[in-house]
Amino acid sequence: MPEQSVPAIVVDGVSKTFALPHERVHTLKEKALHPLRRSSHETLRALRDVSFAVPKGEFFGIVGRNGSGKSTLLKCLAGIYATDAGRIYVNGRVSTFIELGVGFNPDLPARDNVRINATMLGLTPREARRRFDRIVDFAELHDFVDLKLKNYSSGMLVRLAFSVMIQVDAEILLIDEVLAVGDAAFQQKCFEEFVRIRRSGATVLLVTHDMGAVQRFCDRAMLLEHGRRVELGEPERVGMRYMQLNFDPDARAQEETEAQEADAGPFPAATASAGPESRPELRLGDGLAEILESWFEDEDGHRTTALVTGRPCTFRTRVRFKARLQDPVFGVNLHNSNDDHVWGANNLSDQKSGRFEAGEEIVFDIAFRNVLAPDRYFATPAVANAAGGLSWHDRRDRFATVMVTGTRPANGLVDLPFEIAVARVATGATTEHPEPARAEETAR
Amino acid sequence: MSMPAAELELLGPPIKGPSALGSDWRRFVRLTWALATTDFRLRFFGSALGYLWQLMRPLMLFGVLYAVFSQFLKFGGDVKYYAVALLTGIVLFSFMSEATVQSVRSLSNRENLVRKIEFPRLAVPMATVLTSLFNLALNLVPVFVFLLAAGARPRWSWLELPALVAMLALFVLGISTLLSVLYVRYRDVEPIWDVVLQMMFYASPIFYTASIVRDKAGEDVLRLMMCNPFAMILQQTRHAIIDPSHESAASAIGGAPWLLVPLFIILAVVAIAYWLFDRAAPRIAEDI
Repeated sequence: MPEQSVPAIVVDGVSKTFALPHERVHTLKEKALHPLRRSSHETLRALRDVSFAVPKGEFFGIVGRNGSGKSTLLKCLAGIYATDAGRIYVNGRVSTFIELGVGFNPDLPARDNVRINATMLGLTPREARRRFDRIVDFAELHDFVDLKLKNYSSGMLVRLAFSVMIQVDAEILLIDEVLAVGDAAFQQKCFEEFVRIRRSGATVLLVTHDMGAVQRFCDRAMLLEHGRRVELGEPERVGMRYMQLNFDPDARAQEETEAQEADAGPFPAATASAGPESRPELRLGDGLAEILESWFEDEDGHRTTALVTGRPCTFRTRVRFKARLQDPVFGVNLHNSNDDHVWGANNLSDQKSGRFEAGEEIVFDIAFRNVLAPDRYFATPAVANAAGGLSWHDRRDRFATVMVTGTRPANGLVDLPFEIAVARVATGATTEHPEPARAEETAR
Repeated sequence: MSMPAAELELLGPPIKGPSALGSDWRRFVRLTWALATTDFRLRFFGSALGYLWQLMRPLMLFGVLYAVFSQFLKFGGDVKYYAVALLTGIVLFSFMSEATVQSVRSLSNRENLVRKIEFPRLAVPMATVLTSLFNLALNLVPVFVFLLAAGARPRWSWLELPALVAMLALFVLGISTLLSVLYVRYRDVEPIWDVVLQMMFYASPIFYTASIVRDKAGEDVLRLMMCNPFAMILQQTRHAIIDPSHESAASAIGGAPWLLVPLFIILAVVAIAYWLFDRAAPRIAEDI
């Protein structure tokens, strides 16, 4: 086994239980008066036999609802909590960011706080001094280094704390929702910074509720529920399962049993790296509507499995209703062979679809001009209920596929119609209008 | 489920979780230093007269005790440099009381750190003691000023001071560590320790002297008193720093071999404290 393939983190069957005492014996007197009485307590099983491995250089997301054990897991990884069972292997220098600005003191100026915070996070005082300028640069707080932190705005505090944290060059970053603070622009900057850190070869573990962030930045993600690993794989899939848990109480009840059955090996990375074709169909929903069939048609209305870039086409799906539904939402998501989420379309914001009776069968069409770059695409059709949070009636993952071909190589995900104009700029004293040299290309 | 053995070997040992000292002693030292200096600075920058207030506290107590015992009760008239001897006792006792009282709640006060980052847990009480040690250094300045003003001349035995302070610091560190970890489980450690401190104040020759104890209560009481490490260290400090007319700890306890008793107590406190702390360290974050 070559050195590079040693994972950055291996978690092997980790369990963690907290004792939650009903009435806590807090004094020696009580202990002395009732030496034999065992204080009654509930045990909270925060983590149950969780296993996973994170390869070096991966951006790994840990998601779950409140109380699912994700933060506990991070604290175990960070060495803040001791585990009850199982082992954790960490291969590299770790930095933990459970909270920004740990040890910040409001009565001291930023200069001192940076030094203290950096020391806490593992820098030597000399390293901290040497990086001070870079830290302040990134935070854009040059004019305020001698201001006491209590006079900082919360935005400034976050910026300062984040800047310190990214200057601790760790090989493994453990991050817990620290980005929930700060304005949108700063959050964007933070994420860009994470991506940069990741590109430099570091491994990043991010605990979050924010599925958007997971899907944008993570290579893989893991979903925890009641301390169990219920899903591990590409972010899109994990995100979907997460949505399902959030909005569908039945699915939540099922998790208990499913989690026990779906026990994966210690290196689940291997199973997740298999191609999209090999995975079993993932179908979600309450079944009040049923997607029967999906296909693509070209501009002449012929069913096809191959489309040409630049031509109009239609995605059609046949649906049967099992119950009376008011204004269901119809939609589709397209993924390319690289699993990028390329495009999604639905009538969520456009129009009411009307009422459908049980037993009724319909076909919904989504017509579009095909600007997709040549590639294989997978379509995920869905029928959902929009009232009171989105919940699926039926969603069939990668239910239909189509090959898009083109006559020229496309750079990027889409091949949009474009025009290129080249104009000569007047030089010297010439005031005449220059003759534009024009090259034009229109959409095919 | 378990890992294939070959892969385990490449990974090295699993992480251990939180501990008292951590795996990197330099990090331990840096953290302790950072925590202690921050606390120290805060106390000074908090108010304009920071340094003065720090000096005032033992001096005020000294003023009151001196007035009561020396002027009204005509106490210590035959003791050489009684005022300085009294101040020395107060300064050393202030160090012990400040460090231990602050340590009791130190882990709870630093809850934010303990729960949010991985670091050697022992750094918390250690830093508290270190901060008090800085204060002790400041408070020793007026002791020497008074001593020289009273007419004493520097002597070679002054060099004993660092060793004596180190011994006292070790004892105080042991108590502080013990109290900090007990407080996590038992909250009434705090009032209990307040009472114990009061008792130690009166049971140590701070405003009286060893010779008075011998005269009034007898040899055995003095020897018993000297088994208290604090009393022993204070007595030796007076002997070495103030004037040789204050008898040495060895003589007060009835022979040098008997000094092993307070020394053993110091080591026992430190050992028990470390053992308890080390045992509790992995769970401190969740028990606080």
